[in-house]
Amino acid sequence: MSEAVLYDAVGPRGRRRVVAGSVVGVLLVAAVLGVAAARMAANGGFEADLWRVLTRGDLQRLLARGLAATLRAALLAMTLSMAVGALLAIGRLSRRRWLAGPVGAWVELFRGLPLLLLILFVFLGLPALGVTVSTFWALVVGLTLYNSAVIGEIFRAGILSLPKGQTEAAYAIGLRRGQALRIILLPQAVRRMLPALVSQLVTLLKDTSLGFVIGYAELLRSGRTAVEFLGGRYSIPIYTAIAVIYIAVNGSLSFLARWLDRYTRRRYGRTVQPSVADEAA
Amino acid sequence: MDAVVDNLDAYRQGFVTTLALTVLASVLALALGTLLAAMRVSPVPTLRGAGTAYVEIVRNTPLTVVFFFAVFVLPQLDIGLSFFAFAVIAVTVYHAAFFCEAVRSGINAVGVGQAEAARSIGLTFTQSLGLVILPQALRTVVPPLINVVIALTKNTSIAAAFGVVELTAVGTRLANANADAVLAVLAGVAGCYLLLTLPSGWLAGRLERRVAVAR
Repeated sequence: MSEAVLYDAVGPRGRRRVVAGSVVGVLLVAAVLGVAAARMAANGGFEADLWRVLTRGDLQRLLARGLAATLRAALLAMTLSMAVGALLAIGRLSRRRWLAGPVGAWVELFRGLPLLLLILFVFLGLPALGVTVSTFWALVVGLTLYNSAVIGEIFRAGILSLPKGQTEAAYAIGLRRGQALRIILLPQAVRRMLPALVSQLVTLLKDTSLGFVIGYAELLRSGRTAVEFLGGRYSIPIYTAIAVIYIAVNGSLSFLARWLDRYTRRRYGRTVQPSVADEAA
Repeated sequence: MDAVVDNLDAYRQGFVTTLALTVLASVLALALGTLLAAMRVSPVPTLRGAGTAYVEIVRNTPLTVVFFFAVFVLPQLDIGLSFFAFAVIAVTVYHAAFFCEAVRSGINAVGVGQAEAARSIGLTFTQSLGLVILPQALRTVVPPLINVVIALTKNTSIAAAFGVVELTAVGTRLANANADAVLAVLAGVAGCYLLLTLPSGWLAGRLERRVAVAR
């Protein structure tokens, strides 16, 4: 249902009301922002040198290195998660109950735990077992444990969304189960779940910021380091810059995901819809 | 195991803090999210724009960054609150966007004919939304809402890094104090989270199947 079904096109009187309401709304928002701005100004939040800090070459290089570290962790974790997720999906779809059961339990277990706790499990737990682990690998392994479970479910939803006739036709021409999956089902399923995978990449990218907690020098940690070095009053410009970087990167990926979704649906009919809850976590 | 049993009291306190943070933030975020969803389907272009802008900005920002703004930037504006209150604000602001999307997808799932019929008998926007669309949207929207609450429960763990002594913070403290029982201590924390997330997930799945059959 498109939202425009909910109301008629507004007439002249309605349009006047809309304009009046909009003016009041804008004034309200402006009042809130004004109070915030007044407080900021009282604390010197608009002094030019405060924001000029963003033009400093060393700060820019620090943030660029942080962004590179964020992307490195995200891309590696995404690759690993897709590989492990594919195995989990195949395991859970298996007709062998001794395989499907435990794999299903594994997926539910890791989807039910906070990602930060999984990262801490790797970061604090492995050294307790005598395995040394860097902050980078603790972050990547933690991200993979969580996201492989989510991506496995996306894969599974993609395969299950295909019409039954596809499997039946594959069996009818004499393919075995594994062959049917590989040759007939997977290629079609991949197309349907590509948009959901891109949205999951956005979530994963956001979650790399948890590396901040264990001290991996990604984008957010780099910003924190800069603020600790320069002083607390620089927190507003620097954190704003970091938020803008995240929104720019994730916003373009979200845009790509939506475009892919529309394109795939127009050409091939259906896609796997990412769940709102998975995007939040 | 002893490390877990000896510190049951600390676990209980962490559990209560996590639960309090979850419940408070869920209620506030659901209210804000429903308001945002109503804005996003309203006939007033400014409201639609504001709602869309909020959702697009927040859903592309990491929750950790939202926490940064709450904990480090708000004090710069002379807003001094407890760490717990900052955590409630950050978790609420972040998840309101996702509650909004869940409610909106529920509204969109109601058949077009319902809205057309509501309008054709002369109901206004508020009436057709409140009397016809939302009551029907509610049944499809409950499972996704529960799933967002589950995500919120898990995400409260991030408050551990910002001074709130909830489950995860208790876990790291006990893990540092009992170097010989790190895995047992963290497994205890994991068990507490599963106690919250698994039954809710099961409930959401059950309701989802019931709604799916009803359609």
